[in-house]
Amino acid sequence: MIVAEKKPIEEIIDYVKDFQKLLIAGCNECVTVCEAGGKKEVGILASALRMYFMNEGKKVDIDEVTLERQCDHEYLEEIRDRIDQYDAVLSLACGVGVQFMAEKYFSTPVFPGVNTCFMGAAEERGVWSERCQGCGQCILGKTAGICPISRCAKRLLNGPCGGSTKGKCEISKDLDCAWQLIIDRLKELDRFDEYEQIMPIKDWSTERAGGPRKVVREDVRL
Amino acid sequence: MRINYPGTIRIVRLPCTGKVDIIHILRAFEKGADGVYVVGCLEGECRFENGNLQARKRVDQAKMILDTIGIGGERVWMYNLSSSDGPRFAEYAVEMTEKIKELGPNPIKLAHKKKAA
Ligand code: SF4
Ligand code: SF4
Repeated sequence: MIVAEKKPIEEIIDYVKDFQKLLIAGCNECVTVCEAGGKKEVGILASALRMYFMNEGKKVDIDEVTLERQCDHEYLEEIRDRIDQYDAVLSLACGVGVQFMAEKYFSTPVFPGVNTCFMGAAEERGVWSERCQGCGQCILGKTAGICPISRCAKRLLNGPCGGSTKGKCEISKDLDCAWQLIIDRLKELDRFDEYEQIMPIKDWSTERAGGPRKVVREDVRL
Repeated sequence: MRINYPGTIRIVRLPCTGKVDIIHILRAFEKGADGVYVVGCLEGECRFENGNLQARKRVDQAKMILDTIGIGGERVWMYNLSSSDGPRFAEYAVEMTEKIKELGPNPIKLAHKKKAA
């Protein structure tokens, strides 16, 4: 999922302090699961902002909505008939949702309520960690299902580097060396001979380095 | 056992303090409560294992939010006691009431009044 973190309320207040009618929009997908921008967080933020403005003697109307997704026309359209009532939207979706909202409702200011962090997994309740950087040419099949692009600090394709110590990465003793994980799992899978094969230079043009990306699927287009 | 505690306190019963969420605490303030305190079982004695520990974390978060928005985190507290300890319950009620008296009324209540006037 896409992992995000709540923005500090101070920062949000600064964005929205000059508006009178505000819509706080949550998203029912990833940001709900990582407890940053779902219905619950919308409610908490709305309540906090209402109290803040009231205490400041400002009259600000704050409405709440949580859409199934903010990265799909279908669900964003659900607020079309009332978007004009608002001076601004505070979107608690990931950066994708915030942008799609801004594209769709061109004349309404849209602000982000979360910091979008990465694509990752929920290791345990309250702990998320990065697993994929969307490089566009997945090599997990060659690396025992462990991604060196997102999990090795140097993105090495033929690791480990000399900094790998007792299974930990040289940048932090709390971080597993991705290449140690790869080696351990290759051994477990009885495929350690694959480790000896030198991985060719990766084509980075499908990664973000090649500029903004797009997927067009003629087979599913209408 | 008849024990008196301040009559200004409204009790909201919950099956476990683990049910308390930040939004419940905030809504109470939005509606004008001067203070909110959560009374849970002793730490380590939760029937649902960690309900009271979760509650404490939520109370801490509510405190942080209330501090940020100028209402004052001191208005929210978490207490723990054994469910059979009536005298302690009354003690905490008095303690909390004293704290809130010192802090004065919830500024939101005053803002509501100003708006109405
Ligand atoms: S190799 Fe690329 S696509 Fe595969 S998990 Fe890593 S970053 Fe993601
Ligand atoms: S120690 Fe391991 S994870 Fe860290 S940079 Fe070197 S190879 Fe990559």
